[in-house]
Amino acid sequence: MAGFDKVVSSYEEAMAGLEDNMTVIAGGFGLCGIPENLISEIKRKGTKGLTLVSNNCGVDDFGLGILLPDRQIKKIIASYVGENAEFERQMMNGELEVELTPQGTLAEKMRAGGAGIPAFYTATGYGTPVAEGKEEREFDGRHYILEPAIKGDFAIVKAWKADRYGNLVFRKTARNFNPLAATAGKITVVEVEEIVEPGELDPDHIHTPGIYVNRLILGSFEKRIEQRTVRNDA
Amino acid sequence: MALSREQLAQRVAQELQDGYYVNLGIGIPTLVANYVPEGMEVMLQSENGLLGMGQFPSEAEIDADLINAGKQTVTMATGASIFDSAESFAMIRGGHVDLTVLGAFEVDVNGNIASYMIPGKLIKGMGGAMDLVAGADNIIVTMTHASKHGVSKLLSNCTLPLTGKGCIKKVLTDLAFIEIKNGKFYLLERAPGVSVEEIIALTEGELVIEGEIPEMTF
Repeated sequence: MAGFDKVVSSYEEAMAGLEDNMTVIAGGFGLCGIPENLISEIKRKGTKGLTLVSNNCGVDDFGLGILLPDRQIKKIIASYVGENAEFERQMMNGELEVELTPQGTLAEKMRAGGAGIPAFYTATGYGTPVAEGKEEREFDGRHYILEPAIKGDFAIVKAWKADRYGNLVFRKTARNFNPLAATAGKITVVEVEEIVEPGELDPDHIHTPGIYVNRLILGSFEKRIEQRTVRNDA
Repeated sequence: MALSREQLAQRVAQELQDGYYVNLGIGIPTLVANYVPEGMEVMLQSENGLLGMGQFPSEAEIDADLINAGKQTVTMATGASIFDSAESFAMIRGGHVDLTVLGAFEVDVNGNIASYMIPGKLIKGMGGAMDLVAGADNIIVTMTHASKHGVSKLLSNCTLPLTGKGCIKKVLTDLAFIEIKNGKFYLLERAPGVSVEEIIALTEGELVIEGEIPEMTF
């Protein structure tokens, strides 16, 4: 690695420095656009006591769900956690702390964390269990609650293409939380399907500028589909 | 007769207008897409980051990178756009979506909605529902009027944890179309063949009946 070149050659190198009890922000929605190999590397490393910030927690044998059997996750901040039997078991037994967070609030917490905004007011969650213990304030007759931003020791991200400088392009709805996660990690690690030379990506088409990216690795992906749905007449 | 799932979707579709951007929740709301009136253009917003959701794909079109908020594989309609989750919820929270349709467990006379959690039983999370109910002005809740055991879901006070406070104005159940204002339910329409008395019997919150209540037409 030299200058702006962010490329690393092994997953071990990509996740170097991840320690017990750190906070990790992960991109992805369901199993779409998840950094599947970086998650596998966390499993291999055996890091424990992690706080995970992710919209979902994968399924039993894929995505973040694979970190559950060895109890690597202490706490998860997510908007929706169905579809996972081991998750439900650990949550019901109090082995896993779950902070349910509205999806838009979760996205905005990451965005704010990456943008140096410590907290923001939102109407989402006012008058619900989400508002408990949070400051409330009225603007123009509407009620809002104060939501703190989130920052991670690590952010793990899946993009489609990158140049060696870490400029990223995402593909279709695999974008989701990834660009937001990318901004909010002290160390942001990105895995991609293709790495090109600087200058090959049109600057107008870059979704995430390389300034947010610390490490970049080329991966190969299973891209499992959670709800395979086809139309009948096709 | 109580409305079928398809009829619920059909009745909601009558509320659509040409040029509407619409967010449809999982379940019955999703079916509304099948009943967009001929000649009308409606664009579907999927909160995972897609505006202009198309139909389900053929086998050949399936793309793991293209799903809807229910995690189902989908396609993109002509003129679709893709964005990240913060942008998606900026649209929702900023009040740019013209109509939101979603399900619920309970609704009450103050426009409160409970739809995401049954303590001790169902704890899966709210997903985008809290953002949708807080950010949208025009929301239709679709639900069954009462449980299988005849327990009303239209209440004077919600009993389950709330998804949103004071944000629901229209409810379509399998028995009735109801407006919420001034801390009361107002009966607007009844399902074909369902009497006002039946609806009163299954509505726990205060229900106002003004004049003749028309049957829904399809």
